[in-house]
Amino acid sequence: MPAADKILETVMEKSVETTDDRQFDINNLKMTIRDLNFYYGANQALFKVSLDIEANKVTALIGPSGCGKSTFLRTLNRMNETIPGIRMEGTVLLDGKDIYKEFKDASVIRTRVGMVFQKSNPFPKSIFENVAYGLRVNGINDSKTIKEVVEESLKNAFLWDEVKDKLEVSANMLSGGQQQRLCIARALAIRPEVILMDEPASALDPLSTSKIEDLIGELKKNYTIVIVTHNMQQAARISDYTAFFYEGVLVEFGYTKMIFSRPQKKKTEDYITGRFG
Amino acid sequence: MTAPSGSEIKVIPIELMPKTRGYLPRGLTFLAVAIIILMLLIIMTNIILNGIGVIDWGFLSRPPEDGMTAGGIFPAIFGTVALVILMVIAVVPVGVLAAIYLQEYTRPDSYLMRVIRVAINNLAGVPSIVFGLFGLGFFVGFVGGGMDKIFGNSQGPVWGQPAIIWASLTMALLTLPVVIVSTEEALRTIPRELKEASYALGGTKLQTIGRIILPQAMPGILTGAILAVSRGAGEVAPIMFTGAAYYLPYLPSHLHDQFMVLGYHIYVMATQSPDVEKTKPILYGTVLVLMVLSFMLNFVAIFIRSNMRKKRAGG
Repeated sequence: MPAADKILETVMEKSVETTDDRQFDINNLKMTIRDLNFYYGANQALFKVSLDIEANKVTALIGPSGCGKSTFLRTLNRMNETIPGIRMEGTVLLDGKDIYKEFKDASVIRTRVGMVFQKSNPFPKSIFENVAYGLRVNGINDSKTIKEVVEESLKNAFLWDEVKDKLEVSANMLSGGQQQRLCIARALAIRPEVILMDEPASALDPLSTSKIEDLIGELKKNYTIVIVTHNMQQAARISDYTAFFYEGVLVEFGYTKMIFSRPQKKKTEDYITGRFG
Repeated sequence: MTAPSGSEIKVIPIELMPKTRGYLPRGLTFLAVAIIILMLLIIMTNIILNGIGVIDWGFLSRPPEDGMTAGGIFPAIFGTVALVILMVIAVVPVGVLAAIYLQEYTRPDSYLMRVIRVAINNLAGVPSIVFGLFGLGFFVGFVGGGMDKIFGNSQGPVWGQPAIIWASLTMALLTLPVVIVSTEEALRTIPRELKEASYALGGTKLQTIGRIILPQAMPGILTGAILAVSRGAGEVAPIMFTGAAYYLPYLPSHLHDQFMVLGYHIYVMATQSPDVEKTKPILYGTVLVLMVLSFMLNFVAIFIRSNMRKKRAGG
């Protein structure tokens, strides 16, 4: 697709020339977003957002409520398409391919770009079936394979030891923190390349939160992670890059340590120091 | 905020009314409930006391005899059950698919969908006798008559006459709004998060409907089916012209046969009997059987539904 190539070229140029302090490994970009406009009916929620997401890194999206960061996150796996009355302009590339134009079916994108939601949302099925679901809907029926992948996914989500004796119990019986790790295990089972997390720890107690954060630190070895968070400390602790959104505009984007120590924009500084938001 | 010095804060005196004890509302509401229970008791005891005497194995297993003044009601029981089963087979899939379309494939709040929903609700308000006439004209005359023409049944109408299939389809049409509305209600209560979870794992819309939405909506769908069955077992008007027989010595063996049905049999015995006094005990017995039958159908469905709920909640 020539259009995508052209965009990639400009991406590279831009990435090189705007190096203020960020040194992207431009050969290691997992996703590239260019000039993204997003509308809910007549309301514009995102204004010309451009952003690069590096592979095997954690990119945090921060900003006050309603700033568009969740909307942005949901454009990365076409989850927004499930909402009626939306409209989008711009490009989202995954490994250089336009996910809106070069994939007919959004479900294919979502097997490559997984998602964990703010509120844990296990299916009203057993723990085992929750993790197996993604495999089954993607045509994997071999029970031995499913069993192995379920075990591996639960182990990778640090949940196996707690549930290995009760895989047939309903997922609703788990605690909130366990449910969220189950949702992560479920997302891992189909081996996505990117995992989007929409405030995954906002409804959890501190102990469960720190477990999720440890888990994210482990996961980035194998996955690219984009996480929306309201918690400044969390963004500072776990992310490599931070993007600050305000009123639908990407105000500032760069290395997390730069954003938190020497923000370039006044708005960013005001927000991370708690002057508003 | 401090008042400027020199001015006084004014307090306007008001007098709160003393509270009356709420005897009247309590009494009125209780009275309403008492009237309902009393009426129910009168109806039930009257039917049970007068009907229980004639019910024995012979009554349940034999056809009517001597111009319905003796014998049993087996063909009517058989016909009612057969009618209800055929009706459910027709109404549940159509109603559920329609509800899924309205809820999952359209914008439920759009103008067109609201118009369609009003139309469905109006369908529920059409008097049942109108459904009967429609069934006669459309199913028996148009569809049945058309089938006779296509199959070349020159000896006389085979499909183009009142039959159990047309009566079931007419009844299905009558109960369709009930199934659609209760299924839609169930679909609406399914949390958006569950659907999103399925989509986020690469589930297609069809997979999400089949594996997540429908199992979750099952209790609601069954509620609709229960309501349809209760209605279908008791209705007389829609089947009078479309398939129910005044008297048939044999059971229907084919979809294009006529059949006897409890509700119509009661109507016939109450109004057309040559000897009202002799028919009376049988009439009471038949009413009792019809009531027990619909209670049983309801009970079975409620049992299945609550079992399903338990299974869903527990494991």
